[in-house]
Amino acid sequence: MNNRKEPYQRRKQREGGHLHLFTSNSFLSEEPEGNIFPSPSLLCCCHTGVKVKDGIWSFLLSQLEKKEKKQEEERLLRANDRGFNLSFQYANNAIRTSKYNIFTFLPLNLFEQFRRLANAYFLFLLILQMIPQVSSLSWFTTAVPLVLVLSITAAKDASDDINRHKCDKQVNNREVEVLIDGELKKEKWKDVQVGDIIKLENNEFVTADLLLLSSSEPLNLVYVETAELDGETNLKVKQALTVTGEMGDSTEALATFNGEVRCEPPNNCLDKFKGTLTVNGQAYSLDNDKVLLRGCVNASLSSFLTFWSYVIVLNTVVPISLYVSVEIIRLGNSFFIDWDRKMYYPKNDTCSSKNHHTLNEELGQIKYIFSDKTGTLTQNIMTFNKCSINGKAYGELCDFSGQRIEITEKTPRVDFSWNQLADPKFIFHDHSLVETVREGNPEVQSFFRLLALCHTVMPEEKKDGELFYQAQSPDEGALVTAARNFGFVFRSRTPETITIMEMGRKVVYELVAVLDFNNVRKRMSVIVRSPEGKTTLYCKGADTIIYERLHPSCRDLMKVTTDHLNMYAGDGLRTLVLASKDLDESYMQEWRKRHNEASTALDGREERLEELYEEIEKDMTLLGATAVEDKLQDGVPQTIEQLAKADIKIWVLTGDKQETAENIGYSCNMLREEMNDVFIVAANTAEGVREELRSARRKMCPDAAEQPSVSTSRSGLFWLKKTQTVQDEKVDGEYAMLINGHSLAFALEEDLELELLRTACMCQTVICCRVTPLQKAQVVQLVKKYKQAVTLAIGDGANDVSMIKAAHIGVGISGQEGMQAVLSSDFSFAQFRYLQRLLLVHGRWSYLRMCKFLRYFFYKNFTFTFVHFWYAFFCGFSAQTVYDEWFITLYNTVYTSLPVLALSLFDQDVNDRWSSQYPQLYAPGQQNLYFSKKAFMNLTAFSCYSSLVLYFVPWAAIHDTVRDDGKDIADYQSFALFAQTCLLIVVSIQMCLDTYHWTAVNNLFIWGSLATYFAVTFTMYSNGIFVIIPSAFPFVGTERNTLNLPNVWLTIILTSLLCILPVVAYRFIVMQIRPTINDKVRHRARKEPPPAPAPRRPARRVSTRRSGYAFAHSKGYGDLVTSQRFLMKRPVKSRVMLFSHITPAET
Amino acid sequence: TTASPCSQSLLGKSDEQSGSLVRHRNRKKSFNRIMGKEKSKTGPLARRPDNSAFKQQRLPAWSPMLTASTVLPFFYLLALTCMLLGVWLLLTVQRTQEIKVDYTEAGSCDVCFEMRKNMSKAGQKCTCMITFSIEKAFKGDVFIYYGLRNFHQNLRRYMDSRDDGQMVGRKSSLKSPSSYCKPFDVDANGVPIAPCGAVANSMFNDSFLLTYYTINGPSIVPLLRKGLTWYTDKNVKFRNPKADNQTLAEVFEGTTQPSFWQKPVYKLDPFDPTNNGFINDDLIVWMREAAFPNFKKLYGILYRANKPYTNGLPAGNYSVIISYNFPVQYFRGRKELVLTTVSWFGGQNHFLPVAYLVTSSLILLTAVVLTVVWWKFGKDGRNMAE
Repeated sequence: MNNRKEPYQRRKQREGGHLHLFTSNSFLSEEPEGNIFPSPSLLCCCHTGVKVKDGIWSFLLSQLEKKEKKQEEERLLRANDRGFNLSFQYANNAIRTSKYNIFTFLPLNLFEQFRRLANAYFLFLLILQMIPQVSSLSWFTTAVPLVLVLSITAAKDASDDINRHKCDKQVNNREVEVLIDGELKKEKWKDVQVGDIIKLENNEFVTADLLLLSSSEPLNLVYVETAELDGETNLKVKQALTVTGEMGDSTEALATFNGEVRCEPPNNCLDKFKGTLTVNGQAYSLDNDKVLLRGCVNASLSSFLTFWSYVIVLNTVVPISLYVSVEIIRLGNSFFIDWDRKMYYPKNDTCSSKNHHTLNEELGQIKYIFSDKTGTLTQNIMTFNKCSINGKAYGELCDFSGQRIEITEKTPRVDFSWNQLADPKFIFHDHSLVETVREGNPEVQSFFRLLALCHTVMPEEKKDGELFYQAQSPDEGALVTAARNFGFVFRSRTPETITIMEMGRKVVYELVAVLDFNNVRKRMSVIVRSPEGKTTLYCKGADTIIYERLHPSCRDLMKVTTDHLNMYAGDGLRTLVLASKDLDESYMQEWRKRHNEASTALDGREERLEELYEEIEKDMTLLGATAVEDKLQDGVPQTIEQLAKADIKIWVLTGDKQETAENIGYSCNMLREEMNDVFIVAANTAEGVREELRSARRKMCPDAAEQPSVSTSRSGLFWLKKTQTVQDEKVDGEYAMLINGHSLAFALEEDLELELLRTACMCQTVICCRVTPLQKAQVVQLVKKYKQAVTLAIGDGANDVSMIKAAHIGVGISGQEGMQAVLSSDFSFAQFRYLQRLLLVHGRWSYLRMCKFLRYFFYKNFTFTFVHFWYAFFCGFSAQTVYDEWFITLYNTVYTSLPVLALSLFDQDVNDRWSSQYPQLYAPGQQNLYFSKKAFMNLTAFSCYSSLVLYFVPWAAIHDTVRDDGKDIADYQSFALFAQTCLLIVVSIQMCLDTYHWTAVNNLFIWGSLATYFAVTFTMYSNGIFVIIPSAFPFVGTERNTLNLPNVWLTIILTSLLCILPVVAYRFIVMQIRPTINDKVRHRARKEPPPAPAPRRPARRVSTRRSGYAFAHSKGYGDLVTSQRFLMKRPVKSRVMLFSHITPAET
Repeated sequence: TTASPCSQSLLGKSDEQSGSLVRHRNRKKSFNRIMGKEKSKTGPLARRPDNSAFKQQRLPAWSPMLTASTVLPFFYLLALTCMLLGVWLLLTVQRTQEIKVDYTEAGSCDVCFEMRKNMSKAGQKCTCMITFSIEKAFKGDVFIYYGLRNFHQNLRRYMDSRDDGQMVGRKSSLKSPSSYCKPFDVDANGVPIAPCGAVANSMFNDSFLLTYYTINGPSIVPLLRKGLTWYTDKNVKFRNPKADNQTLAEVFEGTTQPSFWQKPVYKLDPFDPTNNGFINDDLIVWMREAAFPNFKKLYGILYRANKPYTNGLPAGNYSVIISYNFPVQYFRGRKELVLTTVSWFGGQNHFLPVAYLVTSSLILLTAVVLTVVWWKFGKDGRNMAE
């Protein structure tokens, strides 16, 4: 098992390595030889990464790799000096994800295939059967199916590998401009070397880790999109060092650039990077204030092996047909998922699809769902949804009776065509607001003026009238866009001015000061002077903060606005309160002076500025409030509610900040106000985290033991696998936990992980925010390790890949940014809400069907085999088979295979609507009730009983009797035919009992198989075929002499009664005394028409809890946009933005 | 571009971003092409799955359930049916008669039994006699069987040790028996054995002479020694090699008899060519291997043309003179002679009627239990409510 794990890691490293490498030092770990991945499911392709938003020059720092075992202390590389860098033997940039080449394919593939236990087992059987002394059956009974299976698998592997070769080639041959010997040359990415300087154009993908040298943009800024890394689609700003930035676009300067970089080797430290860049003898330190992470995970060990642990060394118990049938069932059920119209998303024409060879019965056993937030639960679209201006609420539609109307696709939209600069994508439904604005209502106008002025958005106007906003946070972008559409268009900014179009009129405001956002202030203000000379302060911020700073005259308005805010919060919207203040000119002059002094002060600058801000931001006038919706995907709250009813625990793992995550938690009903408590774990030390986790646990469950009860058991093949299980603990009341990435890092340490797991599992909802992809995977691993539960991870971005791979089942949301998640997932579909159908309908059915299949299959084959066991006592243990050799060959492949296949493809206990309606139906799967050890023991016992009946009743009936004409009947051939007919009829009736859902196909297969049996038997026992090969068909005439006797048929009826009636009686009694949920729902389904899908209506809640952080995560860029140096095109601080690629953890 | 307007407005991306969307979409398309999923349909809903009952898993179906109204009557009805069937079968079986006489060491056969222990005296003839009496006349056809106990005709290697190709008269197989016959395929001199194999070699070779002691003195009971086999065996499975104007002995020339046999196969019944060679009834009966170690095989049928046997075997005293050849002490076996009459239901077999009667009472008992359970728990349907 270990040797499976390891190549998996390598594969992930590789994928990680080639993703994003941008303007930074790349630590990609590549092992040129390590190319053998046993996973059959790898489908590489499309290594997308960070996209560059502007042309840049950058310097390929390093792609480390190296096969050396010795610990590297430091990395050293020099720009423009290939010779120097080559001496370190860094690996080249080519990737190889393929497993085979033409020559290695056959041996390697066969080796891989025979490493699968099943194949090895059948090979062993085949060898045994080739030895005539041992063989009781012909060798071809095993050889033919085995060769078939091997060749089909080989063909599939070959086609997968060809695709991998193609993709590698595509990625490796992508072209990039490299500066070689003072000239720009087109090079393929695979030929790029460590230390090369390369030039990237707008929108190019980056396939190596790079250090940014210079940019065509002012200030050496570069905007990059890192959706593949952290799932956030807003642009990130990166900035080059001054010393390198000065080189600009000058090829000569760059060609002579001889900087040297020293940096630390790859490590697992997530937020540290140290290095120095030495240019002309002067050292500049390189650090990274922003680390973009790529994680790596352990390979999920296939539960395939567990399944085979039931393998018992008897050909008929685990025949190759089992193996083939299981594959067919999985495939069939996957196709049903693909074909499901209810999981098809017409908007982007995406149907659900399975990507890999998956174990879809595990879909019916999911206990934990790990979900990404951005792009999965939410659409990652911020929309300006509602606002309250001067005590009047806008944005809501009501019908005549005053009832709220749900806004749908069909609701008429506000027409913004009067505004030529309007953003066509902006949608608003309340016409009254537009009318008010156009009427010239002063409050409304100043409301939107504020939105157009008070922000740090960067505009971009490529063509006249085509505006794009580069917003640091999507919320801010949404607000500025809203103002734009309502006639207050933010057009351009300089450090000193802001130009806006006010209802078509161009107005240039002088930007006096930006009072920037930070996490303490929770507000942002601008002071602007209008062309008329009026100086105004505009402020937006969290309601509590702003309310403290309002003029007392606003009290009445505050009350009304608070009601609106409560309403918005109840809808899960993010709110901001807007206020303004007219400033006195003389005061302003004086303030400005002090401001200048403060901002140039050497010590206590921050404090002095803070005081000044505090002073001026008071006695403001309330303008109103905005409500921005972080749009949830359709039906998310309902889906989560249904899944919760199915006792599935949903953990949200998001890279987003705590407030956003919390807000989404509330808006999709995972966090509820009526919850007993929501614990927030945000300590900065290991001890602190332990304390917080403990106190949370004690509060939830005061009686619980301090030490977790870990039960160790053995399972798997030959009970070799040791498993540890932490038992679930019962908790009264509903709790939730939020933990941030920093605390999570401590909590995932070995000594705290059990504490984390216990506390987290007591909670209804767990939200982890600010987590790295690696941590996502670690959380999944933790649950997998100690809960022995089936886990599912769902996400859409490259940052979710690690967790998708770590979980048993990975689901990718397709149709959004990036294919990484989809490619590494097992299933993909377009909307989170389809998860409900995938699990509650398809998953449950798949599980049910697979269990029914396995139970029935083992039943029929155990019975078959046990009969031989009883016969052994009569035939002197000579391994004489009870049945005809032909019957043995055809029993599993022809006579009984199709009915059970039909059962396991079509069976439904209740239809999909009932399945969705009663999520409780899902619970048996989570406890694996249908194929537990107990169920297996039961079926074995029952098989044993059946085999006793099936051997001894026919034996007793004919061993001492004769035909009605006195001739022989107790001969071997008659008995064989007799016993096999009994067996086949009994297992067919058993099949009928197990079939809940009789479609035409089931009927056809069951009766068809029985008919086939008689047809084949009569054919093979006929004179004609005997004459052709007498020794192969020695049973000639047996059927004519046996099956015409009443004696025989009476015995067949008797065996059937004895085998079947106990089952009927048992099931009937259980159903009367303790009906299962399935019985109840089926009972109901017989009487009632299927439930209609529940209509969705907006729930009205009022909440006092707010999330008002429509700002960036960190300190804003106020400094940057107002900097005097902005015009001089020089950087503000000598700070280098670094992306550090972190190598996968050596787990 | 392939990006539809709706997806753009849906995602609300800037142009550059939607540009990347297009790229992703294209990539996905090529991915699908690789996966062979590309469909020929075009248009905005190109990939929408078909709305067929099969694909949407909405095939019309019948979903039966175990309910009291079906299960309970079914059980009672079955109990009744089994009861009637059991009684009828029992009455039928009662009409048949059977008598088994173990002659292994009985009567004067103990001498022969001892003699057969000694391999060196295998060639010596030994004849003995046992007597028995029939209390009640056997009416109708009477069948005489020889029975063997503890003789495993069903051992795997033993069963395989035969050549059906030879016995169906294949000339090629006659001279070169199948390897399955080893070590009974050729004799010490390499001459092929016909019929080859362990089964034929161990053929039962006792013979019986049944005598009825009438008031007028002993009368030999006439037995039919033909018509003992299945039609298919006699006419399909066993055939003598084609004899073009040759005698059977000539056909079998170049082969030798099985080592345990006292005469070659073509002398099994020299007076009846339809019962000689491979199509000899005794041989065929023996070659139909028994499934269990205790078995009986048909030896003869009472010839009922003449008095006093026209109605079957009359009551009275009988004796059997046995030509005692078959040794059983090597496998601790027993030999017996069985006389039986048959009904439509076959030979005397009490198992089925008794089993039906027992089953019937079990079903009845179960039915009562089910009824009680249903009455107490399930009748009001409260358990079924959620």
